[in-house]
Amino acid sequence: MPLIECKNLTLGYEGKTVLEGVDLQVNRGDYLCIVGENGSGKSTLMKALLGLKAASGGSLVYGDGLKKNGIGYLPQQTTIQKDFPASVYEVVLSGCLGKRGLLPFFSAEQKRLAKENMKRLGISDIAEKCYRELSGGQQQRVLLARALCASSDLLLLDEPVSGLDPVVTNELYALISDLNREGLTVIMISHDIAAAVADATHILHLSHTALFFGTTEKYLDSEIGRRFAKRTISAINNYTNNIIGNKGGKHRWKH
Amino acid sequence: MEALISYYKTFPVVRYSTVVIILVSLCAALLGVSLVLKRFSMIGDGLSHVAFGATAIAAAAGFAPLYVALPVTVIAAVLLLGVKSSKIMGDAAIAMISAGALAVGYLMLNLFPSNASTIAGDACTTLFGSSSIIGIGVTDVIVCSVLAAAVIFIFIFFYHKIFAITFDEGFATATGTKARVYNTLLAAVTGIVIVLAMKMVGALLISALITFPALSAMRVFKTFKKVVVCSAIISVSCALLGIIVCITASTPIGPTIAVANILVFAGFFTAGKLIEKK
Repeated sequence: MPLIECKNLTLGYEGKTVLEGVDLQVNRGDYLCIVGENGSGKSTLMKALLGLKAASGGSLVYGDGLKKNGIGYLPQQTTIQKDFPASVYEVVLSGCLGKRGLLPFFSAEQKRLAKENMKRLGISDIAEKCYRELSGGQQQRVLLARALCASSDLLLLDEPVSGLDPVVTNELYALISDLNREGLTVIMISHDIAAAVADATHILHLSHTALFFGTTEKYLDSEIGRRFAKRTISAINNYTNNIIGNKGGKHRWKH
Repeated sequence: MEALISYYKTFPVVRYSTVVIILVSLCAALLGVSLVLKRFSMIGDGLSHVAFGATAIAAAAGFAPLYVALPVTVIAAVLLLGVKSSKIMGDAAIAMISAGALAVGYLMLNLFPSNASTIAGDACTTLFGSSSIIGIGVTDVIVCSVLAAAVIFIFIFFYHKIFAITFDEGFATATGTKARVYNTLLAAVTGIVIVLAMKMVGALLISALITFPALSAMRVFKTFKKVVVCSAIISVSCALLGIIVCITASTPIGPTIAVANILVFAGFFTAGKLIEKK
């Protein structure tokens, strides 16, 4: 049984349809990338996947033991966070909050989970540092550790690399791939089609409806995949070959 | 010092007032951290004007001000802060509400004076606080203490939730924390604190109690817990200092505490700059 299954899902705001007829299946261990232009309905779909938005048509069902609110979420950063006094540990630990219900304080088990996830993402040594003083890449690692505290099944990432420089971007992509190989199911919203086809197992291409949903190989063979992905990828590969040389790129983008 | 002790011996009410002022300062400082970080300082300021308006109307109508101002302010707080309305409530709207409530309040005091010779005095007291701390009645003291204790309990009990909805409401909601409920709770509690604080420091000076301790603490400390604890300590110390100066030098309590907070902020600001340079 899939973790998430959408059948003919339609979403909208106040009678205005944003997204319709989306069929989608996410199985344990998948790495799904949702691509599409601004305003194509990516964020709306994400809200629905998180259970924050009800379907106006069709169905969205959680399965395989996935509970509502059982999704680790990496949101885009907010302006409030830019000058927020909070230590890395405080931020990571707050990921466990959804599991606490009404109980006021965290259990020893949850504190251990927070420490374990900080270790997993290599941020244990900055646990007492102030979140706002970290680099963009470190901040994303902190938020990723927080998301892992919220769920060990499914991670949903909303444009995780926006605002990061290319080196840090590649590091973060590599980290997400590692987590996926360790068994975590990943759903990522991205502008970056080249990176999406390099790492993801499945692609969902949105433009008010699902233009494509399937495995990455099939996407690259499809009409739309050829149109969107290959152009970007060949541009990147040309750039890598001509300017940086073959050694320069950590990723060799799949053709 | 002797004057202080004899003052305490002669007026037992002073002891209660001291307790209330400290409790209210503590509440204001705790909530202040979250309000400042959520960019709600101006809305808090607007709410204190609403509390003034409600108090004036209650006085004009002959009701006990506390029991009218309390529900009105709490409802206004829930509407302005709780129902995530920061987009609809632009800053022009806050200015409108602030000025509107002030105008209506003062008009009411003039149209229906409880005693014609004290209009200016009434307005001054509600806006800038009592001129001395014996102006607080015993019943008010009990009500204030109970409410303040409740606010402190709520803050401690929901501390981690308040952190989560302040730092990242989107994440908190997505992972199962009912951000809306806690926002409403935070708003209601803010309304209570504003009404209580109005009794002590006056409507126009409440913002000083809410914003200064948090902002001072943030100059120096960099984790949420340290900021909360430090801001509580600053606020209580300033309140104590204010009370002592108020009694010994016969200054009005509200402005005295506010000025103490300003001085502490100046100190922490400088300390923050020095730490950065190191």
